[in-house]
Amino acid sequence: MISRRDFLQAGMAASAIVGASGFGNWSRLAAQQALTQDQLLQFDTFGNVSLIHITDTHAQMKPTWFREPEINIGVGANRGVPPHITGVDFLKKYNVEAGSARAYALTYQDFVSLAKGYGKMGGLDRCATVVNAIRSDRPEALLLDGGDTWQGSYTALKTEGRDMIKVMNAMGFEAMTSHWEFTLGLDRVTEIVENEMNFPFLGANIFDTEWDERAYPAYEMFERGGVRIAVIGQAFPYLPIANPSWLFPGLSFGVREDNMASLVEEVRAAGADLVVCLSHNGFDVDRKMVANVPGIDVVLTGHTHDALPEPLLVGKTLVIASGSNGKFVTRLDLDVQGGEVRGFKHKLIPVFSDVIAPAPDIAAIIDAERAPFEAEMAEVIGHTDSLLYRRGNFNGTWDDLICDALLSERDADIALSPGFRWGPSLLPGDAITREDIFNATSMSYPNAYRNEMTGEFLKVVLEDVADNLFNPDPYYQQGGDMVRVGGMGYRIDVTRPQGSRISDMTLLKTGEAIDPATTYIVAGWASVNEGTEGPPIWDVVESHIRKAGTVTIEPNTSVQVTGA
Amino acid sequence: MQLTRRDALSLGLGATALALVPLRVSAAADEAIAAFTGGAAPAMAGITLTAPEIAENGNTVPISVDSPGAVEIRVFADGNPTPAVAAFTFGPLAATHSASTRIRLAGTQDVVAIARMGDGSFAEARQTVKVTIGGCGG
Repeated sequence: MISRRDFLQAGMAASAIVGASGFGNWSRLAAQQALTQDQLLQFDTFGNVSLIHITDTHAQMKPTWFREPEINIGVGANRGVPPHITGVDFLKKYNVEAGSARAYALTYQDFVSLAKGYGKMGGLDRCATVVNAIRSDRPEALLLDGGDTWQGSYTALKTEGRDMIKVMNAMGFEAMTSHWEFTLGLDRVTEIVENEMNFPFLGANIFDTEWDERAYPAYEMFERGGVRIAVIGQAFPYLPIANPSWLFPGLSFGVREDNMASLVEEVRAAGADLVVCLSHNGFDVDRKMVANVPGIDVVLTGHTHDALPEPLLVGKTLVIASGSNGKFVTRLDLDVQGGEVRGFKHKLIPVFSDVIAPAPDIAAIIDAERAPFEAEMAEVIGHTDSLLYRRGNFNGTWDDLICDALLSERDADIALSPGFRWGPSLLPGDAITREDIFNATSMSYPNAYRNEMTGEFLKVVLEDVADNLFNPDPYYQQGGDMVRVGGMGYRIDVTRPQGSRISDMTLLKTGEAIDPATTYIVAGWASVNEGTEGPPIWDVVESHIRKAGTVTIEPNTSVQVTGA
Repeated sequence: MQLTRRDALSLGLGATALALVPLRVSAAADEAIAAFTGGAAPAMAGITLTAPEIAENGNTVPISVDSPGAVEIRVFADGNPTPAVAAFTFGPLAATHSASTRIRLAGTQDVVAIARMGDGSFAEARQTVKVTIGGCGG
């Protein structure tokens, strides 16, 4: 007798074979500059349920360049395992040919030359075409969004997310969960949830602090192809810590593992055949949560922006990572019989914007939402000689540019810039428009502070942020990548405990060691504290780029990492 | 430059931040626990402690304890200057042997819950609760 586990493994093998042949075809065709929409969308419909997952678009409605990380360090049990592999190791692990279209989409190597060959990725009008194609195969396919959708662009900031709501409604999303959504402020979120969005806003782990009751629906039940599907939403657990809690007072989050376990029991008792967790936990937190909470068939993970070409199996749970910025759409077909997953087929569909045609109705909405702002967004502020990117555990070149701007415009010794994962890339030779600056800085608490900190305090800050990234237990990792630093170098041993990871802090302009008792002028932005004063960061960056005309970012060698 | 309260807040970093390296277990915590258990080694089962992994606000951290069969549960914050933070007693007619409260934590440390059972034995649960500066969230 074949067990459920055997079925899953058979499903996995089938997926891998489909994937492998796909990579081969694409790389050959790519060499001939002949990617086609039909090939990108090709999928032999399987089983009785299709899930479509998009996450972490960060309000990028138009195609962008987005360079995947070069440095993505896993610690403890997650050292050296997906998603903590990059570059050549990633290509090898997933059998991707160097220089192929898939290598361009999934890794950082040769990014500039491959970008020129394969073009920009994403665009929600192209994502809509992918969704439409899946729905023509399977009309009842379930379309789910993992959050970080209403923040990250000029228009999302100016319209407080209205542009994205309109696009999401028109694309027919059927549920979402959240993180940066709450940085629009609780009143705006409430207005959207009650009046503007026409699908559920799920958050099983969002509670009001006063009565300890759920503030949003935990799950939604769907019946598709005769299968009852419970979609449980899990918002980013560390919102009041990682982002300003004064923007959403009275709400408490957290992983709340016991809460998830009891919900899984509840939806099973209510007749769910398939339990899907639509999560913004981040990959490693989800990996731990589904190992500890039995009964989740699929976790659609988000937050950490990982794009994995194959599902990762944790026990019986499929972990699906669909990337960010609209670069990818995941299609997951499942065969669900008698309350069990009997097999699956998966494809991480890369959205090559020059290959996949825009859906005209969605393109029209995007253009209409952008039109009032087009002139101010399109203004060219300067140019770049260097590749500008952010994603990675330590400083990216976009961050170096922001830190340079803070140092010069705010006349500071040291600059601190938060370790956000969002923010598309620019290629050498590109113009830097106002829209591009907002793509790297757009948010609701942008004030660039200028203040004094002692060397001792700076060490505490770096140690604290480092533990939020490199604590061996994912539940104690709070969110973003390492704080980006300008004007100061340091060493970090990621394997050490908090308090002893950071050493050799050096003030770059003098070459002297940072003195614990000395006070330094520090400029930064995105403080989580209410009442932070200073100009918005985009004005600081714009002024700096205008003066420079063309920016060149030298390789950053001031952070030395060991133990990776 | 005179650092006003507003400036201090605008650092993006709370004034509590200097205590943010994980706190050591204080001798006072060991003494307080020993005074309750009389030095007996508690069982590591029979009590559940629910606490956040990372505190949303170190000044008011929600915790709950549950131990069927307990006559008394004490909660200690092993890095606080005054480690004993709560004591709950349950009479013979108590419907549940659970309690919830909010505690203040001086920094990252273990919260320890110890139950004294009806037969005089002890049960312990502990969890690290992290107190962090915050910011930088993905």
